[in-house]
Amino acid sequence: MGRHLSTKLLSGLALAVAVGATAIASPAFAASLKMAWKQDATGLDPHKQTAFSSIRLLELIYEPLVRFDKDLQIVPAVAASWEFAPDAKQLTFKLNPNAKFQDGKAVTAADVKASFERVLDEKTAAAARANYLSIASIETPDDKTVVFKLSQPDVPLLAAMASINAAIVPAAEITAGTIGTKALGSGPFKLDKWEPNSKETLSTNKDWAGGKVAIDGIDISVLPDETAILAALRTKQVDFALINDPLVATLVPKEASLVLNRTPVLAYHVLQMNPSRKPMDNLAVRQAISCAIDRKDVLDTASVGEGKVTGPLTMPGYTSDASALFCYKQDIAKAKKLMADAGFANGFSATVIAANGEPATAAAEAQVLQSQLAEIGVKLNIKMMELNVYVDAWLKGDFDMAVALNGGRADPYPMYNRYWTKTGNLQKVANYIDDTLDSLMQKGRVETDPAKRKVIFADFEKHLVEVSPWVWLYTSYSYTAQQKNVQGFVPTPEGSLFGLSKVTLQ
Amino acid sequence: MSYLARRLLTFPLVMLGASILVFVAIRLVPGDAITAMLGTEAGLLTPAQRAALAAYFGIDKPILVQYWSWLLGVFQGDLGISVIHGKPALTIILERFPLTLQLALMSMCVALLVGLPAGVFAATRNEKMSDLAVRVFAMIGQSTPNFVVGLLIIYALSAGFGILPTMGEFTPLFTDPLRNLGQMILPSITLGFAFAASVTRISRSAMLDVLSDDYVRTARSKGVPKRSVIWRHALPNALIPVVTLSGVEFGYLLGGAVLVEQIYALPGLGRLVLEAILQRDYALVQGCVLFIAFNFMVVNLLVDLAYVTLDPRIRLGESN
Repeated sequence: MGRHLSTKLLSGLALAVAVGATAIASPAFAASLKMAWKQDATGLDPHKQTAFSSIRLLELIYEPLVRFDKDLQIVPAVAASWEFAPDAKQLTFKLNPNAKFQDGKAVTAADVKASFERVLDEKTAAAARANYLSIASIETPDDKTVVFKLSQPDVPLLAAMASINAAIVPAAEITAGTIGTKALGSGPFKLDKWEPNSKETLSTNKDWAGGKVAIDGIDISVLPDETAILAALRTKQVDFALINDPLVATLVPKEASLVLNRTPVLAYHVLQMNPSRKPMDNLAVRQAISCAIDRKDVLDTASVGEGKVTGPLTMPGYTSDASALFCYKQDIAKAKKLMADAGFANGFSATVIAANGEPATAAAEAQVLQSQLAEIGVKLNIKMMELNVYVDAWLKGDFDMAVALNGGRADPYPMYNRYWTKTGNLQKVANYIDDTLDSLMQKGRVETDPAKRKVIFADFEKHLVEVSPWVWLYTSYSYTAQQKNVQGFVPTPEGSLFGLSKVTLQ
Repeated sequence: MSYLARRLLTFPLVMLGASILVFVAIRLVPGDAITAMLGTEAGLLTPAQRAALAAYFGIDKPILVQYWSWLLGVFQGDLGISVIHGKPALTIILERFPLTLQLALMSMCVALLVGLPAGVFAATRNEKMSDLAVRVFAMIGQSTPNFVVGLLIIYALSAGFGILPTMGEFTPLFTDPLRNLGQMILPSITLGFAFAASVTRISRSAMLDVLSDDYVRTARSKGVPKRSVIWRHALPNALIPVVTLSGVEFGYLLGGAVLVEQIYALPGLGRLVLEAILQRDYALVQGCVLFIAFNFMVVNLLVDLAYVTLDPRIRLGESN
């Protein structure tokens, strides 16, 4: 008995020592920020990557001409200043004279020209190319001046340029064909090492024109399970982490040593209907579905109330009072009447597709919608799919309805041009053509007066909700969690981590 | 022809079959490398852009042509280049394999060290309270998913004691053994937990069978001490089903333990395959599957050879 007990004690002790030793071996506060995220970047070419996780990494390394601040105002990045011609057909940038790439070479107008030409070249296969098609030619009168001549007025172009998909890369690297294999930008951090789906090591770019960075670098670990990320924060293995799952995020404030940053984002959760299929081609049916849905209930049940009910326009400066929009208060009686008017008093069956874990709330949203729509006789069959399979069906418009989390933009035009104009690239996904929506979009594109643009897009939003091709549900938050000694991080509605360039470790 | 030679000859055939299966299956699933990279933004591509990307990913040619050129590469020891890692698939697989092998061996040790004595103990206490307790414990062990065990361990250690093995940056065994064991011990326990339960149950029932055999009764009646009867006479004969179970399980473990690797952020084969499938990294998926199939066959062969050692009555490859 005595021997058994001592064996147990010894093995217990050995476990504690082994585990403890590794925990102690990693000091909690180093000069480099230790960061964790669930999803790693999928590639290094800033012009080709569209995955959220890739953008988050690349915006630490590369810089576009301009970027958004926390209020989504456009601020300088590589460019120091810019000016639209009065007819909005010419956009001129003056580059920051101190801007340098991480190899010490100055960023020149030729680099800007080469970068945009690369994006516009179809062979590059840059998905964001669609946002820059109005660029007819690029002139470089001197080393620090770039003039974009546009084929048509395009006010939203400037906002579209505030994207890492329009990052300025060295012209020499384009010629050498090393973009994507070697990361060489003008941003605050240099990529020293990348082991895909495992870790990244970044060091501070001492020559960064944007100012002094207080930390020595960032060591990023990929921890695929967010519960493990929380545990790593709890044991101070990690200073800073990205969190996707609202359920995990709500646990962070319960830890005294941690701080949760919660920022409303532009992306929106939506129930997409396919108006090319019966009976969703019927306006009254779509409106009935919109009226039958209690958006707040979806938010509370699927996302533990972490978010805000929204209309189509999610960006500050354009958002309206959602409660004033058509049927934003659940009205079952009206929904039933609309169904009866459309000849569907007994309801109908439809299939809704959703992606596993993308977003984390997708399955729960589909279930809440299923139970709400059952009240007006609509029998929803839920079909959960692996993300890539879902994307394939979504792009083909091969669904009755789809639960989606679609990305937002700081400007309504690039955000919705793809769906609701007659020539939109994703018109096939939206499957709905409407003259009013199209003409309001075109007006918004050419209008330079911000106040007038706001009115145009408010009309657009009102009409879009009334014709209900989709039912906008809510916007959620982006979350980062950090130790209390990490200070100075400013989150943005885009979920950008660029704020890490201003972080200090106390 | 010897049994061994005949078994070795089947290897290429099985691997060819596995490669065809995975080559076709991964391409039949909707969505391709382009949608995996760009998501819904892939809808913004023009046909020319899409064609450029298809050529980049090597999916622009007919599937037969793709398979043939891949197979030619395999014969030259080239499993293709992973598009995510930008490195040869074989290099990445061989980088990840030591971890997977170590995890499999360590969890196997946990399972056998716990399961075998527990099974023998329960068999000798048949239908007594202690037997019942072991069986209930084994039942719980077998029916608890290992990700639940993993998450509970992580939660208990981090919330209760403020400790956690270092995650995210894996230290190989020979670089720093102490640190490595600190990282591997909890995943091994997590993975070994359910397996220990299976070993307990199977060794208990095998022991019960053997203990009722005539030779055991004879040994007992001759006055052989109880401990000797159990460990020297009965146990070796009860090991065959345990070896079978362990072999199959070990084969699976060499294919990587996806959930446990995910939870503890271990860069093993399981996570590698999962990520390769999700990102449609065709060369890497094919390479991994081929490698896993090979390991599985080797383990099965070793298990068969182990039978002969354990039971001299067994003659491999003979009909009688």
